[in-house]
Amino acid sequence: MEPGILDFERPIEQLENRVAELSRFSSTENIDLSDEINRLKERVIALKTNIFTNLTPWQKAQVARYSRRPLLSDYLPRLFTNFIELQGDRLFGDDLAIAAGLAKLDGETVAIIGHRKGKDTKSNLAVNFGMPHPEGYRKACRIMKLAEKFHLPLLTFIDTPGAYPGLGAEERGQAEAIAVNLAVLSSLRVPVIVVILGEGGSGGALAIGVGDRLLMLSNAIYSVASPEACAAILWKDRAKVEDAARALALTAQDMLRLKIIDEIIEEPLGGAHRDYDLITGRVKGSILKHLEELKKIDVEQLVQQRYERFRKIGEFEEVS
Amino acid sequence: MAWFRKPQYGTISPDSRRQDIPGGLWVKCTACGDLVYRKDWEASLKVCPNCNYYSRLGARERLDLVLDHNSFKEYDANLTPVDFLNFTDSVPYKDRLTKAQENTGFMDACLTGEGRLSGHLVAIGALDFFFMGGSMGSVVGEKITRLIEQAAAKHSPLIIISASGGARMQEGVVSLMQMAKTSAAIARFSQTGGLYLSVLTDPATGGVMASFASLGDIIIAEEDALIGFAGPRVIEQTIRQKLPGGFQKADFVLEHGLIDMVVKRSELRDRLAKLLEMLT
Repeated sequence: MEPGILDFERPIEQLENRVAELSRFSSTENIDLSDEINRLKERVIALKTNIFTNLTPWQKAQVARYSRRPLLSDYLPRLFTNFIELQGDRLFGDDLAIAAGLAKLDGETVAIIGHRKGKDTKSNLAVNFGMPHPEGYRKACRIMKLAEKFHLPLLTFIDTPGAYPGLGAEERGQAEAIAVNLAVLSSLRVPVIVVILGEGGSGGALAIGVGDRLLMLSNAIYSVASPEACAAILWKDRAKVEDAARALALTAQDMLRLKIIDEIIEEPLGGAHRDYDLITGRVKGSILKHLEELKKIDVEQLVQQRYERFRKIGEFEEVS
Repeated sequence: MAWFRKPQYGTISPDSRRQDIPGGLWVKCTACGDLVYRKDWEASLKVCPNCNYYSRLGARERLDLVLDHNSFKEYDANLTPVDFLNFTDSVPYKDRLTKAQENTGFMDACLTGEGRLSGHLVAIGALDFFFMGGSMGSVVGEKITRLIEQAAAKHSPLIIISASGGARMQEGVVSLMQMAKTSAAIARFSQTGGLYLSVLTDPATGGVMASFASLGDIIIAEEDALIGFAGPRVIEQTIRQKLPGGFQKADFVLEHGLIDMVVKRSELRDRLAKLLEMLT
């Protein structure tokens, strides 16, 4: 059994191993076990369905952060051709926690910004676990303006625990870098599509998350604070992550209910990590559909609609 | 500046903030522990005459500090928060709200409206740290956005005095979206040539700092205020070491080029008046 596997995935893994074992046995011994194998395969599907349709919010958070989950680096070659990375904020440095560049989407040039995570400790260290510094957000800002100047649709991909809370980040104005991006994106004069792939960690996610369409994978999360931080601050107990995840309403289904996102992109049974090609195909289909719609809208109207979209978010009462 | 010594400061209701004050005649400084004669303390605008510690001010006191006497007209006082997520942590959100409302006399964590500052008509808002840490949920986001829109409609300068720990967790991602909403409103206001003076007071952190508070044409910090994105405890836990003294303090962010100036509490009104005079 592989290390790092999610607890609630173990029974599926065990059953799948059993299927593989039987198949091997049946071919080496030349015995027909297809009935038995098919029965087991059906049980695998039933088990996956049972487990993955009943995930708790905290379990979804774990799926969203899962080391096997497809990352931006898995999506880029499957969604686009000719990806050309653009680097640096022209002020301080290049932050690898944010990837930016140009690419072709079905023949059309688009600008891309996304959080970059790693698959293991070594690759994660190189990208600071997907937690950008101000220079990452300023590079993103540069690409936003580049997209506007050359009339390119902007696609952003969110997958971050949050903006990095560290000394250098504070010294170089993390808050300002995020705030400027919110202002720039809100009035950018090209279509902006945001795809929440995995972890939508607070302001660090929102800094590239203001757009005309917000699409979200079915096991992705989006939250004002991580369940861990929320548990530590409000419950004063880090062990209360389950409660915090539930209270925060951070699932894709919550986002749709709260009218934060436009569409849920359904992951394959058992999570996006079960089939990279299938999920990337669905993401591409969804992006293309929304891009077609957005391209028909006059740019003044587009910017106005984007303003109104965020303008109306908020739940309050006006008492007389 | 004789007008700062007017007895109007004696009328400020100290409510819950008085807990540590024996008898009310004397004030114990929370920093140096010295007992200070209450009238002296109020005359120095709640700055300890001994150690220069800045006690936090509520939103009403903030507005009184900078606006011409009796010139404030409040907007949207009737906006009230809703517990739409049924959020319960160690204490239900509803109970936290009720308690904060009783303590401050406000429905939520900010006051917005218009008033005169040294004769200039301004759209002005102040966040109240004593209301759930000045956290921004739907009501704060909506009131700040409406304030910005009013400033745009009336072509008046905008002043927002921030004091906040960040976005309000009890309203989940909807609080986060208030960052986008307020920043979008500031962007529009700025594109039409509006003047926005952002005043940062202790503490100015999190989602408020990562949105409208960082977007001022001019950013002024009050002396000694803590200013940043992440709170010092979060940073210490992340980097696993003690932070250097003065980290994220007003002078520190000034040195790093993140704000325009640091002013004393007693000089804030005068500085705002001069800027308004030069830029409008």
